Amino acid sequence: MIDARAAIIRAHHEEWARVVASLAKRFGDLDIAEDAAAEAFATAVQRWPADGVPPNPGAWLTTTANRKAVDRIRREHKRRDKQREAMMLTDDAPPEPTGAIDDDRLRLIFTCCHPALGMEARMALTLRLVGGLTVPEIARGFLVQESTIGQRITRAKGKIAAARIPYRVPSARDLPARIGGVLAVLFLVFNEGYLATGPDTDPVRADLTAEAIRLTRLIRELLPHDGEVTGLLALMLLTEARRPARVSAQGALVPLVEQDRDAWDHALIEEGHRLVRERLASGVAPGRYQLLAAINAAHTDARDARDTDWSQVVALYDQLVRLDPSPIVALNRAIAIAELEGADAALQIVDRLGDALDGYHAFHATRAELLRRLGRREEARAAYDRAIALAGNTAEVATLSRRRDDLADAVSGTDRAGRERGSGSSSRGGGGGSSSGGGSGSDS
Amino acid sequence: MQYLVSVIDDKTNSGTAEEMVAIDEFNDRLRAGGHWVFAAGLADPSTSTVIDGRGEVPVFTDGPFIESKEHMAGFWIIEAPDLDVALALMADGSKACNRRLEVRPILMPEA
Repeated sequence: MIDARAAIIRAHHEEWARVVASLAKRFGDLDIAEDAAAEAFATAVQRWPADGVPPNPGAWLTTTANRKAVDRIRREHKRRDKQREAMMLTDDAPPEPTGAIDDDRLRLIFTCCHPALGMEARMALTLRLVGGLTVPEIARGFLVQESTIGQRITRAKGKIAAARIPYRVPSARDLPARIGGVLAVLFLVFNEGYLATGPDTDPVRADLTAEAIRLTRLIRELLPHDGEVTGLLALMLLTEARRPARVSAQGALVPLVEQDRDAWDHALIEEGHRLVRERLASGVAPGRYQLLAAINAAHTDARDARDTDWSQVVALYDQLVRLDPSPIVALNRAIAIAELEGADAALQIVDRLGDALDGYHAFHATRAELLRRLGRREEARAAYDRAIALAGNTAEVATLSRRRDDLADAVSGTDRAGRERGSGSSSRGGGGGSSSGGGSGSDS
Repeated sequence: MQYLVSVIDDKTNSGTAEEMVAIDEFNDRLRAGGHWVFAAGLADPSTSTVIDGRGEVPVFTDGPFIESKEHMAGFWIIEAPDLDVALALMADGSKACNRRLEVRPILMPEA
């Protein structure tokens, strides 16, 4: 039973986009592709625990989804077009071999990120159809209601079909202009993987971060001279590199300053730094992802957290704020300000963001941390409570609860100074780097 | 696949001679590429009449059905295999007529 469940989760991470992409290509309809893929996974949930996991789960899912799609089309055509039904009967071909359809996924991405769709619709659609995230997961990433996300996806699919948005990779001429929306979406997918939501999910969904990195690498192969593609890849690598040190054996998130830097993936860090240097050498003014990558390079450059060049980090955030004046960027800049100028200066900035970020757990977690450092414990406790209530990530909830409970110990007067020192000067210092304007910030 | 392309304008009779030349050249390109179906400019919205023939006696009302700052000053109906082709074509059309355009698919009877 456990094996089947694990296999389904794994297959969902690995095969979802392939199944949807191949169905979309074959049937020319995203709605059919999504529904048939979802039905195939639902069938797997029923059958695999009893029948056993098939030797090739991906092929099983693709075949099953193809049958579901053909069934649906037959049902619909039976009502109005017997001739077409007969045609569909002969079209029950075996699925394409795995590996040959990577381009289908790219095609799916560009269709989901089409400029005729609103940016929010593109993100929701890509996370659903390519990332395989559920509507509740997407809603949390965007900080909006589930019904809003559901409507965005339905409306976007309707427009793609009615206006005949093509299912293809754009021409070389159009490619650069189309890439920005794709990168924004991939970054959000990455963040969803890096700080996964849902009470029963792993705190880090490595398959999703790996998928975002894989697709970003693929786009970099197509567009090697696009600075933002390179910047985003560097940002993802430098964030992913810290993953091994990010969750403790007890399942809590380990803040950047407390992480065991020897556990970081130094090959990924080296690759990320090389990409950042490549962009610096280009002499072209950096975009948002290149700045975020440079911030992460500054963090991962320090052998010890205390060696972090905070003035450089703040300077990079100042540049970033000019490009992206969103409250989440301002929040992360404030975290760097706390290191450079102190918690008081940072808290003044953070408090001005309350209207925009009141529903965002990281806002309250940051406030709590700053209040704790300023000795305002009752306010800190209230802020931790708010952050815990809003946080969707299991490890994050564990971490925030631990910090809140530490606060209680400190209030009771035991070993306060030691704890203050031990918990590090900033729990969210790194943070900054990998947070996105998309709303799904990650912080260690 | 056919698309209705509306010309968005906030003034009336605002077209210039240069724009007319550019539009003619653009229309020739549409015809040469097999994308032309129809195009026309429209008279001032104040010249329109709304008809309601649903009752026993038709009712005619002066003026456009919706009052707005911007109106449809003209339109194309174009033939294009998909939205990307329509958008690429009409980006040039927007340049030619020096106006913003709205592209909207025309519903076709199912094949």
